[in-house]
Amino acid sequence: MALSKEQLLHAYQKMTEIREFEERLHTENLSGEIPGFIHLYAGEEAIAVGVCENLTDADYIASTHRGHGHCIAKGCDIEKMMYEIYGRYDGLCHGKGGSMHIADLSTGMLGANGIVGGGPPLMIGAALTAKTKGEGNVAVSFTGDGGSNQGLVFEAMNMAVVLNLPAIFVFENNGIGEATGASYSVGSKDISARAESFGLPAYKIDGTDFETVYNTAKEVIDRARSGGGPAVIEAQCTRFYGHFEGDRYLFRTKEQLKKLRGETDPLIKFREKFGKKVGVKKLDSLDQAARELVDQAVAKAHEAAWPEPSEVLTDVYVSY
Amino acid sequence: MAQMSFREAINAGMADAMREDETVIQMGEDLRGGNGAQNPDIETLETFGGVFGVTSGLWTEFGNDRVIDTPITESAILGMAAGAAVTGLRPVAELMFMDFFGVAYDMVWNQAARFRYMFGGKAKTPLVIRGIIGAGAGAGAQHSNSPYHIFTSTAGVKVVVPSNAYDARGLMLTAIRDDDPVIFCEHKAIYDLKTEVPDEPYTIPLGVAAYPRQGTDVTVVALGNVVNTAIKVADRLAGEGISVEIVDPRTTSPLDEDGILESVASTGRLVVADESVARCGFAHDVAAMVAMKGFDSLKAPVQLVTPPHTPVPFSTPLEQEWLPNEKRIEAAIRAVVEA
Repeated sequence: MALSKEQLLHAYQKMTEIREFEERLHTENLSGEIPGFIHLYAGEEAIAVGVCENLTDADYIASTHRGHGHCIAKGCDIEKMMYEIYGRYDGLCHGKGGSMHIADLSTGMLGANGIVGGGPPLMIGAALTAKTKGEGNVAVSFTGDGGSNQGLVFEAMNMAVVLNLPAIFVFENNGIGEATGASYSVGSKDISARAESFGLPAYKIDGTDFETVYNTAKEVIDRARSGGGPAVIEAQCTRFYGHFEGDRYLFRTKEQLKKLRGETDPLIKFREKFGKKVGVKKLDSLDQAARELVDQAVAKAHEAAWPEPSEVLTDVYVSY
Repeated sequence: MAQMSFREAINAGMADAMREDETVIQMGEDLRGGNGAQNPDIETLETFGGVFGVTSGLWTEFGNDRVIDTPITESAILGMAAGAAVTGLRPVAELMFMDFFGVAYDMVWNQAARFRYMFGGKAKTPLVIRGIIGAGAGAGAQHSNSPYHIFTSTAGVKVVVPSNAYDARGLMLTAIRDDDPVIFCEHKAIYDLKTEVPDEPYTIPLGVAAYPRQGTDVTVVALGNVVNTAIKVADRLAGEGISVEIVDPRTTSPLDEDGILESVASTGRLVVADESVARCGFAHDVAAMVAMKGFDSLKAPVQLVTPPHTPVPFSTPLEQEWLPNEKRIEAAIRAVVEA
């Protein structure tokens, strides 16, 4: 079934919000006011949005260190995300998480994760909760090509097959784990074929084309909702920035990156495919709205209150 | 009241929790056993009930959906348990031998233990991880360790190290009802040790010490099976007129500091006998705490009885030498009393 105009506009809104958020952080990070490490999702927007447009707040996702896109796609509040990244008390985690640990359980976002490959084992637990409660909900993990080599990811896929869990493993193959190419680190050279050997259906798709991601995700998520078990999606994409902000990104030449950006930008591709159907001016206005939203979030984050030092001792335990 | 073994009491505590709350589920290797087997009667058979029989009968009572046999895949077991806990279930995950934490601890150390704090107080992770600890069974260097000192040093988890059946049943029900991750350490040498246990479910709070022997000359702090070793020494020394008080904290996190300090205040002497490690272990933690908060009570230097700084040896005479055994505990008590 073709996507409606409303669905397409909603998806584009999320994608442009992610792009705007990440481009702005790329600039803001230079100010030195953001503590710690930032990993940008720009270039991979169609994957998070294409998957999450098939989910509700009752479904779960587990994310990565490159998690801002997943957060926005799953419905996290953008201002509260920005506060969190700036370490402010009104952030989604009261400033105790930061960029690598943004979580919002109210929207089923189980957390960005600083441990590469840390998400899938947790995600199958959420899938077990979904299966046990029997309400037709699903869980999805996002993992990179780097994380795809981790043993605990293999364990999670095997367990999901053994227990027939409503678990979807999305591998975002941007071709680089930190600064090492997937062509070097993935011994079999093929993430989805390797995953398939665990006994679950695996799809290798163009992760820069929103419609392809959406339709593939819809197929595997619908199947998982009705008890059909786990699946894998390997979505190929381009990481527009370095591993973290500050990375000189010598992995590619400027020319190579420019070419890749031209050919694989999911927002440009979306516009080419759907601009006529939904109206280019409408898309422009969504870009503008995203810019204003992020502008406002950054401005407010600068003014927002820090946590009180006494907060260092709170919320270690529910009771102790 | 009836006599119940440590094994039966842990089983009873888990069954108590599973009967009162259907979100309590079990996961681990061979909790039932026999999946995929050739035996034609397998659909109605429990072939294992856990490697030491601790989960025996739970599958028969609660079925496949609540007693889940997993592959041998410790990271996925602990990860799945953590993910299920943070989304609304109360999993009890069995690690089998606690030594195996080494292949899976990220799911506690970086994940379950951190969720609540890292997510600004918005998560709760009601998870129990069970595992077998302890030397003395000839199980060698990879099936005999007691790594609760590592768990205790992990902010965000609670740690239970029971020494007898009565404590085990009550602490297990408390642990499963608790909204934080709890690691429950079961010493393999005492699975058959029987004590009086009430017939009806009951709870014991975390962080409250027990005093299996009261005395006036020296305080011995011990956990798990070392409590039973210390009791033997105390009863023998009582014949010589040396009055030993034994403090069993029962949980290392939270730790009943006041319970230890009050005992030391009354005896003036402290021996900590512990099976974890020779460096940065539970004994050192207690000794430092007493040195900071109870120094004025001390009439003699604190004595620690720990294993040597070695892996656990296999051969029986070596393993017996390695353990905090009766001989070494007695020598430590005499040293502080005579100091």
